[in-house]
Amino acid sequence: MTTGILLQIAQTLAAILLAPLLMGWVNQCRAWLQGRSAPPITQPYRTLRKLFHKDAVIAHNASPLFRFAPYMVFACMALAAGLVPTIANDLPFSPAADAIALVGVFALARVFLALAAMDIGTSFGTLGARREMLVAFLAEPALLMVFFTASLISQSTELPTIVETLAHKEFVLYPSMAFAAVAFWMVSTAENARIPVDNPTTHLELTMIHEAMILEYSARHLALIEWAVALKLFTYSALGIALFLPWGIAPQGELNALPLAVLALVAKMAVGGAALSLLEAISAKVRLFRAPEFLGTAFLLGVLGMLIHFLLEV
Amino acid sequence: MNESLLSQMPELVNLAWMGVLCWIGLGFAALFLQKSRGLLSLVFPLGTLVALAMAGLGLAGLLLPASAVVLPIGLPDLPMHLRLDALSGFFLLLLGGAAFGVTLYAWGYFKDLAAGPLALILLWYHLFLAGMSLVLLADDAYAFMVAWEVMALSSYFLVTTDHDQPAIRSAGFLYLLIAHVGAVALLLCYGVLQGGEVANAGAYTFAYMRHAEMTPFWASAAFLLALFGFGAKAGLVPMHVWLPEAHPAAPSPVSALMSGVMLKTAIYGLLRVTFDLLNVQLAWWGTLALTLGLVTALYGVIFAAVQSDMKRLLAWSSIENIGVLLAGFGLTLIFYTDGKGALAALTLTAMLYHALNHAFFKGLLFTGAGSVLHATGERNMDRLGGLMAAMPWTAWLTLMGALAIAGLPPLNGFVSEWLLLQAFLLTPGLSHSYLNMVIPVAAAAVALAAALAAYVMVKFFGVTFLGAARSPAVSHAHEAGWRERLGMLWLAAGCVLLGLFPVQVIDALAPVVRLLTGQTLVNGGNWLMLAPVDAERASYGPLVFFAVVLVTLLLVFLWVRKAYHGRVRRSDPWDCGYPEQDARMQDSAEGFGQPIRLIFSSFMRVERDTPDPFDRQPKYRGDSRDKLWVLLYQPIADLAAWLSEQAGRLQHGRIQWYLIYSFATLIFLLVFVTR
Repeated sequence: MTTGILLQIAQTLAAILLAPLLMGWVNQCRAWLQGRSAPPITQPYRTLRKLFHKDAVIAHNASPLFRFAPYMVFACMALAAGLVPTIANDLPFSPAADAIALVGVFALARVFLALAAMDIGTSFGTLGARREMLVAFLAEPALLMVFFTASLISQSTELPTIVETLAHKEFVLYPSMAFAAVAFWMVSTAENARIPVDNPTTHLELTMIHEAMILEYSARHLALIEWAVALKLFTYSALGIALFLPWGIAPQGELNALPLAVLALVAKMAVGGAALSLLEAISAKVRLFRAPEFLGTAFLLGVLGMLIHFLLEV
Repeated sequence: MNESLLSQMPELVNLAWMGVLCWIGLGFAALFLQKSRGLLSLVFPLGTLVALAMAGLGLAGLLLPASAVVLPIGLPDLPMHLRLDALSGFFLLLLGGAAFGVTLYAWGYFKDLAAGPLALILLWYHLFLAGMSLVLLADDAYAFMVAWEVMALSSYFLVTTDHDQPAIRSAGFLYLLIAHVGAVALLLCYGVLQGGEVANAGAYTFAYMRHAEMTPFWASAAFLLALFGFGAKAGLVPMHVWLPEAHPAAPSPVSALMSGVMLKTAIYGLLRVTFDLLNVQLAWWGTLALTLGLVTALYGVIFAAVQSDMKRLLAWSSIENIGVLLAGFGLTLIFYTDGKGALAALTLTAMLYHALNHAFFKGLLFTGAGSVLHATGERNMDRLGGLMAAMPWTAWLTLMGALAIAGLPPLNGFVSEWLLLQAFLLTPGLSHSYLNMVIPVAAAAVALAAALAAYVMVKFFGVTFLGAARSPAVSHAHEAGWRERLGMLWLAAGCVLLGLFPVQVIDALAPVVRLLTGQTLVNGGNWLMLAPVDAERASYGPLVFFAVVLVTLLLVFLWVRKAYHGRVRRSDPWDCGYPEQDARMQDSAEGFGQPIRLIFSSFMRVERDTPDPFDRQPKYRGDSRDKLWVLLYQPIADLAAWLSEQAGRLQHGRIQWYLIYSFATLIFLLVFVTR
């Protein structure tokens, strides 16, 4: 039990500390693909340090909610990072929240960020909040459908049991999971504000979603949000790995499998990050009102995945 | 010892009808106390005490064995039968719990009213509560229908409190009309249930109906009539049209009761008739209810997203929640008729839990909206905004309700949603293969409705309380009084506690679930962890979850302060450096809902007046109306108008013609009788 708790804390802390590194790696890969000279992989850490040192500038009419939201968003993402099995499986905190609750945690963070964006009352803030909720209302059920497909296969909504079933049972290919994987990729681009739904580097009013919400933030509040964004990308990558490439995650109580698990995770994250930047480099951002179509497709693919599970796998 | 003590105690049901009498007494006392303002202001606090007592009785009724009584009033052959069993007890608890908070709130809300109108509100308000609790206690069809009518009429008079406005009068009329169409269906339903025994008045008792044998045909007829009758009360699509008109028209505490409690009496009736009074249940009823429920849920939430009037938005959101409840009811029926008692128990638990949750968070949201309305005189969100500064208590408490109804952990809305989704995921156990496949798709619809509910709540809270004030009405807004705050605090506490202690709540729900499905939900976890099937399959521990969020929050906060600093500088908002900003450049309520209107425009009839570019004083008007009104209700109204016009031809005011009518009728009847 004690080792379990220690491992849980270690895994969560590792996720928090390594998340900016993944962000740095993705940015580096993208710069290479675009033929630019890349910033160092540690650039996100430097940005965070710079932001933490600055004085926070807050609008006159900001309410306490505005200052509370970054902490809330960060706490939610840290919690989510603790829930997803990255290195070790079946840690002591996982029974407190299953896959559905994980979707709830993401939603909680999103609602707080959207409300904070509306707090100052600027045109861009409300625009961002509206667009974010628009993207979310299709992305969230689509993510749930992905989880439902996985949980119909494993007869459980507990992430450890899902990973256990998908990784350690005899090698079976699930066609439904192929649909789910495509749906999951589409959802995670939308949820992490990546191309083709959103562009993390834009400040153009016609296109921005996530950036519009955090325009009024500065210094430590912005740092926490940026860090939470990196953490979200890390958690989604870990989630994708756990659902679709779960091999290598150490089962409960097997401490000697841990070094291999760490190596496997690093390798998978490196490949995954490179793949993400490649996909971003070759696709174009869609118009805002094509985004619901894009996500509607993701939702339908998730539902199709479930139907295919019933048709072929039962 | 314990046994003898129990036998000496008065029967619970006697205490319950005394509570009902207290409410009736308080209502009529208010009429005679109009002279004394001091005594009049005591009526609401006394009402809260009765509400608390009723909640306690409900809890006792839930846990103790059923008790029944026959009152010596009523029809000659049919005295009033009352009974308090676990099902009535649960809904009585819901009623008392929500009514306590709302009555506390109403005490403050109506305090500035003149004695005359106040006395009338007190009368109808307490009769409304009495009627609702009598509906729950009634054990024969006659008592039920009388209580049902008391409830409908008293709420009609409450809805039309501001009857000098034509819009409110017509909303009240629509409400009265649909309530009575529904009541006729219920009357017919009880007629079917008692098996057509004309001579035997005793056949109208529920005790008789429970044992009456029914063919599947007549059972289905009774079920469909009940679904129609109770559906009209609950706001099931397509009988929902009265709801978004009547709920906003009523004073806010009354809206809170109507949405939070009155809609649940319809759910109670549906459960009572289907699982208790009918001996046969058929699977297709469940499929029908599930489909109707999902349609209602999606329809409600889509329309909630495009509303600009905050109380109308909440009313549409109530339609959504009723849809979710009905979907849960349908799924329970499907499991139950398939012999999957344990799964039926899980689904029923989820549904009852959601009913309780909805009473608390919708009560809280309506009271919060009421405080805003009281402070600013505005219901239109397009003229609100930035109220968090002036009304911090109301804002934070309403935020609790908004987060809870959006289904976010660790509040209560999430628990019932989670349980319901778990139930949907368990359908592969069913014996019909087509249901196996279709029902997870239904889960997708529930998930979509829940995600849209978050959209609606961000819109509701963000546009009303955050941002900058959109009109001068907001600038002199004031915080709600202490009684209002106390009432809202009670409802918010309900949302938090129901969210954090699901295991205990589910244990308390067990007697109802056993009564209706014959099984209970066994928690596979411990007191901290909710695990409806077993811990391997799914578990959720809100208390642990909450503690971890709280600790992480504190740690991050302390770390940022310790390692860096907490310096803050105030300045103008940046907004991409755009120089000329004013409050009208924020999203209006209309603007925030625009993407939803665009995506789901096929369900709506959108009317828009857009100004042309050279207009000196441009005015924009947009109105998204319910297409069903045009497609379904308008033809019915036209038909009724045409029929009355045709009947009107008989009337031309000449006495000779009327005498001829009477003569013809007489001849006809004579022929008929002598034959």
